[in-house]
Amino acid sequence: MSSTFAPPEALTKVPFHYCPGCTHGIIHRLVGEAIDRLSIRERTIGVASVGCSVLAYNYFNVDMQQAAHGRAPAVATGIKRVLPDRVVFTYQGDGDLASIGLAELVHAAARGERITVIFVNNANYGMTGGQMAPTTLLGQITTTTPSGRAVKEAGYPLRVVEMLATLEGPVYLARVSVHDPANVIRARRAIIKAFEVQLQDLGFALVEVLSICPTNWGKKPVEALSWLKEHMLPVFPLGEFRAVS
Amino acid sequence: MKVLMKGNEALAEAAVRAGCRCFFGYPITPQTELLEYLARRLPEVGGVFLQAESEVAAINMVYGAAGAGARVLTSSSGPGISLKQEGISYLAAAELPCVIVNIMRGGPGLGGIQPSQADYFQATRGGGHGDYRVIVLAPASVQEMADLAVLAFELADAYRNPVMILGDGILGQMMEPLELPPFKEDLPAREWATDGCRGRARRIINSLYLDAEELERHNLRLQEKYRRIAEREVRWEEYLTGDAQVLVVAFGTCARIARATVKAARSEGIRAGLFRPITLWPYPYRQLQAAAASARAVLVVEMNAGQMVEDVRLALEGRVPVHFYGRTGGMVPASGAVLQELRRIGGVGRVQHVRPA
Amino acid sequence: MASRVVLHLERERCKGCGLCVAFCPREVLGLAQELNGLGYHPVEMRAGERCHGCGRCALMCPDLAISMAKGEAV
Repeated sequence: MSSTFAPPEALTKVPFHYCPGCTHGIIHRLVGEAIDRLSIRERTIGVASVGCSVLAYNYFNVDMQQAAHGRAPAVATGIKRVLPDRVVFTYQGDGDLASIGLAELVHAAARGERITVIFVNNANYGMTGGQMAPTTLLGQITTTTPSGRAVKEAGYPLRVVEMLATLEGPVYLARVSVHDPANVIRARRAIIKAFEVQLQDLGFALVEVLSICPTNWGKKPVEALSWLKEHMLPVFPLGEFRAVS
Repeated sequence: MKVLMKGNEALAEAAVRAGCRCFFGYPITPQTELLEYLARRLPEVGGVFLQAESEVAAINMVYGAAGAGARVLTSSSGPGISLKQEGISYLAAAELPCVIVNIMRGGPGLGGIQPSQADYFQATRGGGHGDYRVIVLAPASVQEMADLAVLAFELADAYRNPVMILGDGILGQMMEPLELPPFKEDLPAREWATDGCRGRARRIINSLYLDAEELERHNLRLQEKYRRIAEREVRWEEYLTGDAQVLVVAFGTCARIARATVKAARSEGIRAGLFRPITLWPYPYRQLQAAAASARAVLVVEMNAGQMVEDVRLALEGRVPVHFYGRTGGMVPASGAVLQELRRIGGVGRVQHVRPA
Repeated sequence: MASRVVLHLERERCKGCGLCVAFCPREVLGLAQELNGLGYHPVEMRAGERCHGCGRCALMCPDLAISMAKGEAV
């Protein structure tokens, strides 16, 4: 019997602490599958950020460093510059990457750092209980936008991938989603590509993965997926915004 | 064979000779020559030089590179060191060796660009969060800027701890002849570095401990390490303290001024001596107590409003009156003014004042 | 030779999120009445014979609770 679907070797056996239905778990699996597919586990170093995925160092079966909130791209830069032949990735949420860590992200991208950034966008600060993030949608209720995000007070959502696409440093930029099986497969392909361009020493790569937060959105997992499809996709269109031919 | 170099550049060259192959920095007066020197020098030795987008980014690059096993250096001045404080707390918590240079300038706020010692508390008490310590070394000459750079890397590796070199604008900018240290090739192994888990169990560099008992155990381990450092790594210098009735305590640039003042006082028949801490943490409390044995009064001289004076009072526990003379804003104490203080406090009661601008 | 599919359900990892049940095109899966060690209603096989190994359940599982063996019947 040939096994066609099994947990990737690049993930440990530790069960995830994530809430039921939280698609961080799917995205972890996709990163693990990409690392296995490219057989780079033994020379990969991951940088975990601060947020729900702060415990990612328990799950990725590779050498890991835990970065301060927002600073993963800088930590990854330090690792990659010292070990240019190793594979370095960061795994960050939207609060970590698009709010406190935006400068580190933009400059790592502008420098064309040979690192792979996995950016999970679930439109809120999950770990701290559902506050507004830069990617929170207009009108979206969070614990810090109790009557819905209003432009006058809190401005507009940040489209990170489009922003980075104005820079020369990035060689692969894509936004994908995991709200149904077909998109999960496309997300895996994009994540593999984001690692491949690093292996080819071409430049900076980032994949933004739209993800759900059933607990803080106050929705059942299946409902949350449709909310993502209906509300997030129009604001955060999917696609490859920069790719190597 | 002596060479004539600026303090900032001597420190940079010494770091390279100490095996440092990785620097992350950011421009800020009066430290920028260190950054510029390494921009030229590190590529010559196949090293990594990166001007980061901010001091916050730079200190986190240090975290990554140190965690990957490199000997890594960063430098700045007061305002930049303030920005690095969170990162320094993480470096101490994750027990990552690195060297952080602060070429101090007048503060607070944007302050000025002339020399100062007003970051003493920040360096020795820690400007970041949590119970942690960094070893703090205070050079008083261009030669020591180089020698203490080498020592800093050795201590950082020996104890897996950040080490800070606390200089100032004078030490950084002035030129003096010095002997450069020899090149060091073999670095201590890093059994903990995250450089890819081929052929071994994976490694994690981390400072998160959500379980309180585990975090306390981690804290106790750190405190035990700090106790060992305090026991073994105190460094200081004494000048004419044996029979000193008036003991001057000063570090860095102020110690140079105090030495000249002690000499002048001696020529006037005042039995003065100088105690110069070289490690500001761990502070030489016991050694200062011994040096002050014959002293009727102690005068602390600093370029700040009175910071190390508190450690001197802690060391002497009220046994002898401690006077303070300080200049701030980048003003440098004049030897004559310090001598005036020495004359005045020969027998008079305790006085503390900051000379008005 | 009919290809045979074996779904392996790691019930102690399951948090009863229901995504696999929702995306299975043939209603092969359901959530059990009893609770697992985590206190969730874990996934259970309702009609294994209907499963043709499309893998959507495994793709959508956030907790690596579903793995699948597929191949020629021995």
